[in-house]
Amino acid sequence: MEEKHTQWEPRIVAFLCNWCSYAGADLAGTSRLQYPPNTRTIRVPCAGRVNPLFIIRALMHGADGVLVSGCHPGDCHYLEGNYLARRRFALLKRLLEYLGIEEERVQFAWVSASEGGKFAQVVAEVTESVRALGPAQRLVRARDQEGAL
Amino acid sequence: MTDLSQAVRDAARRLLSDGLVDVVIGFEAGTLPLRSSPCFVRHAGEVERLVWNMSCENNLAKYLPRCSERVGVIAKGCDTRSIVGLLGEGRIERERVHIVGVPCQGMLDRRRIEGELAGREALDMQEGKGEVILHGDGFEIALEKERYLHASCRACRFRNPVIYDTLIGDPVAEGVAADEYAAVREFEAMPRGERWRFFEAQASKCIRCYACRNACPLCYCTECFAASTEPRWLNPSTDATDALVFQIMRVMHTAGRCVDCGACERACPVGLDLRLLTKKVEKDVEELFHYKAGLDVHERMPLSTFSPDDPGDFIR
Repeated sequence: MEEKHTQWEPRIVAFLCNWCSYAGADLAGTSRLQYPPNTRTIRVPCAGRVNPLFIIRALMHGADGVLVSGCHPGDCHYLEGNYLARRRFALLKRLLEYLGIEEERVQFAWVSASEGGKFAQVVAEVTESVRALGPAQRLVRARDQEGAL
Repeated sequence: MTDLSQAVRDAARRLLSDGLVDVVIGFEAGTLPLRSSPCFVRHAGEVERLVWNMSCENNLAKYLPRCSERVGVIAKGCDTRSIVGLLGEGRIERERVHIVGVPCQGMLDRRRIEGELAGREALDMQEGKGEVILHGDGFEIALEKERYLHASCRACRFRNPVIYDTLIGDPVAEGVAADEYAAVREFEAMPRGERWRFFEAQASKCIRCYACRNACPLCYCTECFAASTEPRWLNPSTDATDALVFQIMRVMHTAGRCVDCGACERACPVGLDLRLLTKKVEKDVEELFHYKAGLDVHERMPLSTFSPDDPGDFIR
């Protein structure tokens, strides 16, 4: 048990906007910045594409944390996708907290294509805060607890 | 029979005989007292079926998006707010619906009354001034109305119809709930672990009958995400996680649209505290986006619009 716990690494699903954060992640890589290898990236056309159900489903099926990252306000490729997403996420975040799910499990960021450094830093911070919480226990579908993501 | 029942019948008769509508949706007496059920009246000769009493608890706005005929609907305060929402979302055409508004004194919570009866069966209900009188085999019991209203009715601040074509009965004094979010605030103050255990226990009672969804006037999708098989978001099981996720998404989908009519909670056969979730989101919508649903047909739904100044301090 002890050994199992020391081996545990947080699994974080990162929904990254194609136009900014995904490119920001690319820049972090081409700039050879180091950041924790704990994220599994899913590229989405816009933060506004992220249905709250995507986030919850990731948690149900074995993610210990979820990061959603999109364009800074005013920078959306589709003009207002991130603004609409911000309203939705504000409600979701409060609702999950209310249900008793640790606040740090689901996090949000604005990272532009030129912010490779910020991307690396966000991933590092998110990973450490999820690591501090330990493996996700809540909202996890019973049968999937041992499954890999 | 109450005067309002007669007024409802008169209004329905007029609408049908003048050919203004094809059908009137109202309530008829159920097979048991305290259980009026929705009914559809198509001929002026049938209006005697209609009743109005304190057990007309369904939200009749539910039927409007699916009706292609000209409809007369008997609507209390919360029903009219749902109609405002449906009009705003383009789900019903204003000219197709004749709204017969009825000021509402709140509806009786059948379950709480049954608790008072201690297993005895009420065979008849009469409404007196400020009280309801229940008769059964060898007993009669008088209960103070105000104390036995649904929780949503006690928190209600919109008892009078907010939109109507015909208004019957006299306007009632609006409810002045001290704090409609009192229960939510109390719950928010509890430790996180306790909150989780509460909702986990609630979810494990859920049998996924979807009565909450089916009673809700906002749930008009032709295919619900909960029934979708491609992708299959939820397993068709009574797994507590699936049940809780269904409820989370149900309240996310009704966020900024829910008027707290309480229809979901009343429909729930296992007695889940569903308003503890819907009310939380309603409170957050009010705090974050300063919006109250069901009052203005022309205002955009809060999740279909935005302001550049929306709160964003939770984003890195």
